[in-house]
Amino acid sequence: EAGPNCNSVAECPVTKARACDLILPHSAVSTPVFMPVGTQGTLKGITVDQLDGLGCQICLGNTYHLGMRPGPDLIEKANGLHGFMNWKKNLLTDSGGFQMVSLVELSEVNEEGVKFKSPYDGKEILLSPEKSISIQNSLGSDIMMQLDDVVSSTVTGPRVEEAMHRSIRWLDRCIAANKNPDKQNLFAIIQGGLNADLRKACLDEMTQRNVPGFAIGGLSGGEEKDDFWRMVTLSTDHLPREKPRYLMGVGYAVDLVVCVALGCDMFDCVFPTRTARFGSALVPWGSLQVKHKQYAKDFQPIDPDCPCPTCKRHSRAYLHALFKSDTSAMHHITIHNIAYQLTLMRSVRQSIVDGRFPEFIRSFMKQMFPSPDQYPSWAVDALASVNVTLE
Amino acid sequence: MAGSRIKLELSRVVQGESRLGVLKGLGRTGQHCLEVPGCLLYSHLGTVPHLTQDTLHTLKNIPAVTQVTLSSVAEHQEVLQEFKGGFKKFAGLHDTVVYCSLHDPAALCPPGYTTNKTVSVWGSGGRIELTVAKFMAIQKTIQPDWYQSMADGETWQSNTSRKRLRKSVDRTLAHLDECLTIHQNSQDLQGVEVFGVVEGGDILEERARSARETAKRPVAGFCLDGFQTGSMDQTLRTQLIKAIAKELPEDKPRLLQGVGRPDEVLACVEAGVDLFEGFFPFQVTERGCALSFSFDISLDPERAGRAPPAVLELNDDETCRAGEGQPNGEVTDGDQTQMTSFEINLKDKRYHDDFRPLVEGCGCYCCVNHQRAYLHHLLVTNELLAGVLLMIHNTAHYIGFFSTLREALANDKLDLLKRRQVILIATSFSVTVTPDGFESAALSHLGMESKHPRVKINMTLIWLQE
Repeated sequence: EAGPNCNSVAECPVTKARACDLILPHSAVSTPVFMPVGTQGTLKGITVDQLDGLGCQICLGNTYHLGMRPGPDLIEKANGLHGFMNWKKNLLTDSGGFQMVSLVELSEVNEEGVKFKSPYDGKEILLSPEKSISIQNSLGSDIMMQLDDVVSSTVTGPRVEEAMHRSIRWLDRCIAANKNPDKQNLFAIIQGGLNADLRKACLDEMTQRNVPGFAIGGLSGGEEKDDFWRMVTLSTDHLPREKPRYLMGVGYAVDLVVCVALGCDMFDCVFPTRTARFGSALVPWGSLQVKHKQYAKDFQPIDPDCPCPTCKRHSRAYLHALFKSDTSAMHHITIHNIAYQLTLMRSVRQSIVDGRFPEFIRSFMKQMFPSPDQYPSWAVDALASVNVTLE
Repeated sequence: MAGSRIKLELSRVVQGESRLGVLKGLGRTGQHCLEVPGCLLYSHLGTVPHLTQDTLHTLKNIPAVTQVTLSSVAEHQEVLQEFKGGFKKFAGLHDTVVYCSLHDPAALCPPGYTTNKTVSVWGSGGRIELTVAKFMAIQKTIQPDWYQSMADGETWQSNTSRKRLRKSVDRTLAHLDECLTIHQNSQDLQGVEVFGVVEGGDILEERARSARETAKRPVAGFCLDGFQTGSMDQTLRTQLIKAIAKELPEDKPRLLQGVGRPDEVLACVEAGVDLFEGFFPFQVTERGCALSFSFDISLDPERAGRAPPAVLELNDDETCRAGEGQPNGEVTDGDQTQMTSFEINLKDKRYHDDFRPLVEGCGCYCCVNHQRAYLHHLLVTNELLAGVLLMIHNTAHYIGFFSTLREALANDKLDLLKRRQVILIATSFSVTVTPDGFESAALSHLGMESKHPRVKINMTLIWLQE
């Protein structure tokens, strides 16, 4: 089965980190990569040219939302999601599975699929593996996700096991339903919650399927970080090296750096773009709440070292004032936050290629936290597990 | 103030009233110019609504002058004071001329807060009362290239009494004199120009008096206040502007406040106005609409072999403007948020699968890269990008209109432009001509399937567009 070709460029000799070139239908993607989320066929407030200008090579669209509005038929008529939003690089579509958790009030799961009650007109729709793949085929994304049976990571008991087994069955149904295997890459999603045995069982089964890539799912949902990283590293231990590993829903800077060290290649999260709209700008030492009074007379840019369009032209004080006058204030922060995420990943990749990733990690942590005793213990443990000791 | 550096060079004056030319000497170094008739670039705190520099600069021929309003800036006086570098630098505006107006033309102020010595503006935190002293203190921190003097313009409501109108003229002159005194004694305002403001409501004698008196002061140009869309009908507006123009020097620019609709712009240019505030594209954007009216005067309807164009004559006494959203023909003066016949409403279901650009042949970023169906989707899903793309298109379209307006004046084609304005309804959809007349396709465009507004229509044939 076809690609994406995951060409290894460098491997960190100390951690499990890798730098690869993913060859996808619309362009190459350098990993590790952070993928901004454009749920409804747009990255909130940002044009595709601006996104391209920031160096983004792949972004996300959402099957559940786009399947509702404007619907797969219309998008197919528009030459797929690429044509509809006029994005010339790569697209990854989520299957709609996550909405089962995020919109749990509105959904009901059984072997057939997920029944959703539409929030717009109350109509019931059934999202089955076949339906999800059919919509994603119409969207024409470069990477598609299987429909998985998603349970919140805080759920325990037999439901977790049921969901894990069902996800395997649904993976097979998705593979069978994919009409464009040579143009669209269907990724499997490893489930199993926070249970090592279940995860391992899922890994054993799913890695037997010939899929072009694997996602680590069912995490990043409010579980303890101590459990989180253990499941991530268990997963990467049992995933094939030559295929990309996509850790879903991870986007905080510290999480990204640590999970790259644990062997993950691809990440997505709404956090950077969502928090931007609330005036929160991401910086190497944490974040800056631009709308806060203390920035009213702060005439520096958000980050003096940031080369993004926002920091090149505007001060914190101007942006603070602009939030009272116009929506464009949000766009300025969104651009900055995307630039921050992409720059971070670029630096991570470069340090892996240069063979100095462990030093990068140490200096990153130093910048992010005022002192070593503030380093999150889960991060210290996780990094130690891959041979990186922080002070 | 000695002779101002701003110079209006007129190249044509048509029928003694419409003026074509260039406003030169703008900006501190005097190297900027603005073609006239023209519009200013509307902004919120120096930013064109929804746009960042990247998206703004996809536009060609951006007006050289950005309008900034005291209603957005006043609350930041302390910040600007501490910044010390002036508003332009604060806002990251590098190569533009900044004009500071008192009010935001897209946000009507609640009446009743003007006194003999003060006017009020509304910022994000509420009302800010301004005396001339405070007004001028703020101008010193802003350091615009030019500003309008403080004025009492609370006369746009109908039924303002004669006494009140006389007061507005007197107060505004008093404010102007006080502004000028402070200005002339201020080091910070060296090189900054002042426009006087003509008031007087709908009374001709007061308008003439205000104009005459203001012209005696050493101002660089004139703002015409109290003519906001909805304050009076165009006939009266035209009459009053002509009367004002008679009292003003020919070589100083006239800026009309609060008027932006293309048909009103046209009529006011004919009455002698040079500059307009560029807020109309923003209002169209906010209601999810795209400007689509045709202003292409190179399409000569009188070509041989073609049917003559239909002229939609609006019955004057009904003063009904088709497209005001009132199918029974009632006038909806004064509501600036109402959709006009110059635009298409992209939220309408009909655009759900319309894969054409907003306007065929429009070279703006939105029309080159996106389709009506996508804009429709963005609006239906309340996505922020809708505002960005619409603002780009609407601004481009509006700039293009002014460019054509100047071209029409240069080539004596103003009539053609007027006629295209009048048949603008026919430009945004295709029409079939049936043997016994024509489809009232004009009306279906307005969302009125088979109802007819009370408009007398004289038509011969509708000229098919593309």
